[in-house]
Amino acid sequence: RKYSQFLLIIPFIGMCLLLPWANRIEVFVFGLPFLLFWIALWMLLSSLILYIVYKLDPENEGSETE
Amino acid sequence: MNAALIIIFLFAAIALYLGIRATRGKEMNVDEFAVGNKGFGTLFIFLLIAGEVYTTFTFLGGSGWAYSNGSAAYYVPAYICLAYVLSYWIIPKIWRFAKKNNVISQPQYFMKAYNSKGLGMVVAFIGLIALIPYIVIQLKGLGIIVSEASYGAITPVMASTIGAVIVTIYVVISGIHGSAWTAVLKDIMILFVIVFLGIYIPYHYFGGIQPMFEAVQAVKPEALSLAPEGYSVSWFISTIVLNAFGFYLLPQSFSVILSAKSQRALKKNAVTLPLYTLLILFAFFIGFAAIVQVPGLQGAEGDLSLLRLVMQTFDPWFVGIVGGAGLLTALVPVSVMIMSGAIGLMTGFYKLIRPQSTDRQQLTISKVFVVLIIIVAYLFTIKGGNALAILNIMSYGLITQLVPAIIFSFFNSKLMNKYGAIAGILTGVSIVLFNAVTAFKLKVIFPEIPSIINDINIGFVAIIVNIFIGIIVSLATNSLVQRQKEAKMTEEIVTN
Repeated sequence: RKYSQFLLIIPFIGMCLLLPWANRIEVFVFGLPFLLFWIALWMLLSSLILYIVYKLDPENEGSETE
Repeated sequence: MNAALIIIFLFAAIALYLGIRATRGKEMNVDEFAVGNKGFGTLFIFLLIAGEVYTTFTFLGGSGWAYSNGSAAYYVPAYICLAYVLSYWIIPKIWRFAKKNNVISQPQYFMKAYNSKGLGMVVAFIGLIALIPYIVIQLKGLGIIVSEASYGAITPVMASTIGAVIVTIYVVISGIHGSAWTAVLKDIMILFVIVFLGIYIPYHYFGGIQPMFEAVQAVKPEALSLAPEGYSVSWFISTIVLNAFGFYLLPQSFSVILSAKSQRALKKNAVTLPLYTLLILFAFFIGFAAIVQVPGLQGAEGDLSLLRLVMQTFDPWFVGIVGGAGLLTALVPVSVMIMSGAIGLMTGFYKLIRPQSTDRQQLTISKVFVVLIIIVAYLFTIKGGNALAILNIMSYGLITQLVPAIIFSFFNSKLMNKYGAIAGILTGVSIVLFNAVTAFKLKVIFPEIPSIINDINIGFVAIIVNIFIGIIVSLATNSLVQRQKEAKMTEEIVTN
């Protein structure tokens, strides 16, 4: 569980390394141009990944003011 | 007096009342003034951090960038989102160190982490020159929003003056508490205005969001993807990574970290804030709609695209609500900025000159610095000039030069000591300043360089040089630092 913070690399891969690919696709998804959809998708996924990391983080057990 | 003007003044009065009322029942000292006695829970931290994101930029710049530069505008939500991801790892470490060492400002953090007053002064100075342009942008934005939304009844200078006076009054009286309470009203307003406009305008003019983008594709197809040169993919990636690291190093964001009650409050916010940042997309929708509906705005006029479209679409009373929300989006960030700047100057300079000063004297001096900072920013706002545009471009580039020093401070590594940190920061800052003044590009030295490398944000290049210089100087001066430590310990033993 203490290595769970390595999951935080995933949003960087999605938003940075895969961006050149997303920039080449010219379709609309949910009414949005693909590039905008891609950024919005990774914002949602970032929140989900952060939630998973928060839940797995052993530091978050115990009292609120630690 | 038109309906819009009455509504804008009503919002200004409510903001002033909330800002002053925030101090009720609190004994004001430096700690309470600067960081709310480190007692803000998850909700107030959320509002204050979100307050740094939803500024006049969301109103004018977000839609304006989408209008003028199309997809390049996506860098804003992208870097903010990555900043929150990074924050989960970085800011609890900062908070723990600050709690343990009673740190209330950014210069003080560096001063204590590296045991160097000189480094603290360098950081205080860099923080200030990065902050002033931000405050000016907010005051200018406030002037434009209120002037436009009042149909010209209030001039931009008059609006900026009223905003500066309101914010100075409640910061001097309430410190960060005033910012927190006005942030409550601001976030409710921006949530309503941006989401409503972002949905209503595409449906009103185009019948939906996809039809709007199809209309944009017909008139300006290049707006929907990143350009092959200039605002290209490599510019986008280097900028979002650079800004993500810099986001929490801006003095006002750093102050919010220090005001948290617990590291858990900070971590909870990291989880929820990327979702809140999605709202910026609604501002982009308005900018994209304006490409078709309000064509022909050139250069800086693009920033007016949202207001022009709103005035073309709605009655004056609703324009007044948009103007009132715009006023609030300037007041909250400006209040945190001038407060954190003043505390930075107090701890970075005054406290070094007068280490025996009382808490009351420090609080008074902090309030004097608040007034001085707002006066300087106000003069820049009404005088304008190109110097400010240069400062604005390099604000993020400057503040991100603190990144290597703060990352190394977590590890207590021999790879970075106080001399290395100062040398690295000054080298990085020099590169950023040189670039801002000369608009230098790598292509000047290497004419054959491909655009994928030429478009890389120069702040990114400066950080790499900064780290390299910092490590070399640290390795060369480690023995000197060791001798200083031993001499200090000997001195302490003798005096005891």
